[in-house]
Amino acid sequence: MINQQGSRFFFNVDWVTILIYIALCSIGFVNIYASLYNPDTSTLFNFGSNYGKQLIFIITALVVGFSILLVDAKFFSVFAPIIYGITMFLLMVVLVVGRKVAGNQAWIPLGSFRLQPSELAKFGTALLIARYVGNFNPKFRDVKSIFFAGLIICFPLLLIMLQPDTGSALVFLAFMFPLYREGLSGYFLLIFLGMIVLFIADFLVPLAVLIPIIAVVGGIFIYQNKRKQKMMFSMILTTVIAIAYLFFVKVAYEKVLEPHQRTRIEIMLGLKTDPKGAGYNVIQSKIAIGSGQVTGRGFLEGTQTKYGYVPEQSTDFIFSTIGEEWGFVGCSVVIGLYVFLLLRVINLAERQRSSFSRVYGYCVASIIFFHVFINIGMTIGIIPVIGIPLPFISYGGSSLWSFTVLLFIFLKLDSNRMGFI
Amino acid sequence: MDNLFNRKYIVQGLFIVVALILLGQLFYIQVASDRYFLSANSNVLRKKYTFPARGIILDRNSKVLVQNEPVYDLMVTPSLVKPFDTLALCRIIGIDMKGFYKRFNKAKTQSRYQRSVFEKQLSVQTYASLQEQLSRFVGFETQNRTVRHYPDSVAGQFFGYVKEVSAKDIDESDGYYRPGDYIGKAGVERQYNQELQGERGVENMIYNARNVPQGSYLNGKFDTLATSGETLTSSLDITLQKLGEQLLKNKVGSIVAIEPSTGEVLAFVSSPTYDPNLMVGRQQGNNYMDIFRSPNRPFTVRPLSGYYSPGSSFKPLDDLIALQEGVIDPNTTFNCPGYYWAGNHRVSCEHVDGNISLKRGLARSCNAYACNVFQRLMTQSRFKSKKASYDDWIGRVRKFGLGSKLDLDMPFERKGILFTSDEYTKRFGKYWGYTTIISLAIGQGEMNATPLQMANIMAIIANRGYYIKPHLIKAIGEKKDVKKEYLVKNSVDIDLKYFDPVIDGMEAAVNSDYGTARDSAIPNILMCGKTGTVQNPHGKNHSVFVGFAPRENPKIAIAVIVENAGYGSAYAAPIASYITEKYLTGKLSGNRTERAEWMKNQVVLPDPPKSKFKYDPKKPDTTAKPAPAAIQPQNKIAAITKTTPITK
Repeated sequence: MINQQGSRFFFNVDWVTILIYIALCSIGFVNIYASLYNPDTSTLFNFGSNYGKQLIFIITALVVGFSILLVDAKFFSVFAPIIYGITMFLLMVVLVVGRKVAGNQAWIPLGSFRLQPSELAKFGTALLIARYVGNFNPKFRDVKSIFFAGLIICFPLLLIMLQPDTGSALVFLAFMFPLYREGLSGYFLLIFLGMIVLFIADFLVPLAVLIPIIAVVGGIFIYQNKRKQKMMFSMILTTVIAIAYLFFVKVAYEKVLEPHQRTRIEIMLGLKTDPKGAGYNVIQSKIAIGSGQVTGRGFLEGTQTKYGYVPEQSTDFIFSTIGEEWGFVGCSVVIGLYVFLLLRVINLAERQRSSFSRVYGYCVASIIFFHVFINIGMTIGIIPVIGIPLPFISYGGSSLWSFTVLLFIFLKLDSNRMGFI
Repeated sequence: MDNLFNRKYIVQGLFIVVALILLGQLFYIQVASDRYFLSANSNVLRKKYTFPARGIILDRNSKVLVQNEPVYDLMVTPSLVKPFDTLALCRIIGIDMKGFYKRFNKAKTQSRYQRSVFEKQLSVQTYASLQEQLSRFVGFETQNRTVRHYPDSVAGQFFGYVKEVSAKDIDESDGYYRPGDYIGKAGVERQYNQELQGERGVENMIYNARNVPQGSYLNGKFDTLATSGETLTSSLDITLQKLGEQLLKNKVGSIVAIEPSTGEVLAFVSSPTYDPNLMVGRQQGNNYMDIFRSPNRPFTVRPLSGYYSPGSSFKPLDDLIALQEGVIDPNTTFNCPGYYWAGNHRVSCEHVDGNISLKRGLARSCNAYACNVFQRLMTQSRFKSKKASYDDWIGRVRKFGLGSKLDLDMPFERKGILFTSDEYTKRFGKYWGYTTIISLAIGQGEMNATPLQMANIMAIIANRGYYIKPHLIKAIGEKKDVKKEYLVKNSVDIDLKYFDPVIDGMEAAVNSDYGTARDSAIPNILMCGKTGTVQNPHGKNHSVFVGFAPRENPKIAIAVIVENAGYGSAYAAPIASYITEKYLTGKLSGNRTERAEWMKNQVVLPDPPKSKFKYDPKKPDTTAKPAPAAIQPQNKIAAITKTTPITK
């Protein structure tokens, strides 16, 4: 069966996406090499070092990726619930046997290798959402379908929150995009956006000012739409909820968030500066990126990178290496590649005949989008520090493999779009 | 579902918008703002300074007056420190545990990862015993620098001192000085700080995030080497200076000796003085306070800031002006009945001389003669008013350097006091005349001069009509550059022929059997001089002597003031004669050696008035010259004497 598919396989696979994928992985390797570079000991292929390991990770990721292309496309649809179940099980296991790294109980040690179930949970959830839409074709106009989809998403989300790994949990909000594409009301996105805006406003503007503003804006809106009796109730409710939300945020902020998370948010909003403590990462990362200027300092020439001023530089803060050594031009190329990849995946998703493949494609694009946005936003100081990797570029096997699997499953589905799933 | 298909564009649009937001912020921090670029450099680049040796100072015979001694700063990098025997360290550098934690915490607050000073200026001995055990104290290291050493322990006020820069110095230096740098704060060290301090060297080092140096920036392209300060050749003769300080020991006063032909200051004595070495090293602060609190203010640089009425020592100058104005000739005589009536004010003489001329008038310091001369000067018919004649006269006096700064190369010079006619009008109203200001005839009243100005007048007379700006540093650097201004002759506009009559009188004052200073005549040397006995409201008269020697081709002009020591002939004149003889012949002749020793042992100190400062006699007195018990607290303003017009 594999042999039969072999001939079709190479024609149908979207090589453009694979080229972008390889480009991003290569950029990752080059910059990991630069950020770990030590003029005394470095040779390009040193498998004992971390960039050497990354090379192995990339090679194995390619092997895994192409292996996935050889698997029967039906497999993913059929086994979606089981894969989801396994990943949920692992999420529960990790809470029991997981090893604490930097305060998060996110890793299951397997010999010399560490498994991060939250990475697996992303495509497990993506598969099940796709399967749910594919099977039942819900339009997300009724409470029941929203509830089910919400359940699928929130279950892993809550389990990850328990680790607690807020960053990875946040990524699950990305599933709003595929649901939106399938019919979920745009208001959900707007409400979500409104919540973020109000959350930030809550810190920057005192409640005594903020509440009248919301009341007035709500009032004007209601007055202008006074003919539409049907909407009246929901508009009033929205205004009231918005005000209640402000109080809720104030309380939740103090009670729910950890102190270090509060500090990160306050630093991002400019309410606090702590250049030697919690703000150190962001400040150093901004300095490194900013010092790159237009064309960058050049490969292996970045002083901040070379002399270790940015912590976590090969992993979460890899973008600061790109910024310093390749400048605004390099950053634009990387962001351009991501945008191209995301638009390409969405376009590919739209050409699928099965809604399973389409929804899965949207899931892939949305997850990558969230990672890119949060990660780069964090390194340039427009998002609080949330430790999630930059897809395909950050150092680390778990992350690279899971993104590869995520992407290549979609490429497999896409190559098989004429078939039935 | 076409409308759902359109949602693709909304999702894709959102991706693009977010990408543009990211690019916008990137554009801001990378292209629009160079703040981060600069921060990156300040992250990595550290300037490491090497301190140059401060320039040395020589005396006029090239003997070293100031040199540099190595000391060692103990530095600590708190992050590197491992537990160790703190008590051992404390014992070596002589501090207690409390002091240890104070210093360590201070260093820690400055920076955990950067070196900072733990203890400053350890001596060579301490350094040696510390060095043996330094390996036990991980995180500590030593850094050498130099401090001043003054081998002769004299001329404290001349040298001044060097001190760590204050916050104000740093502000005013436009970023040149950094905390921990040293700067001359007084005396020559201050005046010539620029020349002495040299140029410090800079090494641009690259540091990594753990503050470990990673080599030099761009292979040392911007590095510079330290250049040591210039050598200054001072005009002082150190033997003379030493002798002067010994002679004024346990007295309050001042000696200024000038080489007339060059304006070079040969001796610059201010007593009481202090050992300049006390203002060096770790005890600087404590010593400063001790010296500051000790009686008679050793920090006062009397030669240029002490105000004294010149008294009778002013008379030669006045006679020169009178000769130039033509109101007297050398043979003009006035009758001295032992007093002079100025209106209803009586100026008394110490003697009754009858008819007396210029030579004898000077030699015997006749007040009646001086007042008559002054009367003639003030009542010249060619002037329309008394004011005009006073203005003319005071203008001539000013030419001799009184009433203005001589611009000595030393900070804080004061200009003395001379009144303008307007000031007199302000004080006495419209109607004042020579009788009102008759005190000026005998160098008292509204006339105060510094010892430097008095010595300079003697240099003018010795030169017969001009002076060269007095100065303490005669040459700068190896090439011995002399400042141009020290080659200019400043004329006082008195014709050459008028000098000899006056000098005759001054010669007679010392070398005749009727002169006031006849006991101070020097065998085989014709010293010309003038005594002064300046009464002052704060106590006994000040003893003053001004003079020069030898008469022909003079080599030294001198002014000596001993506060509250009575007649000019009693203290000031002999002291001046010893210094002059020593300078001209290199020794003292006959029994003058013993007489000088006697003088050295004399204690002439002001009466103890009520002191503003509490002086605790139990506290050890740390002034340079440990004073005998006779030293008593002294009024803070004793040296600035306001005198009343009775003089000899």
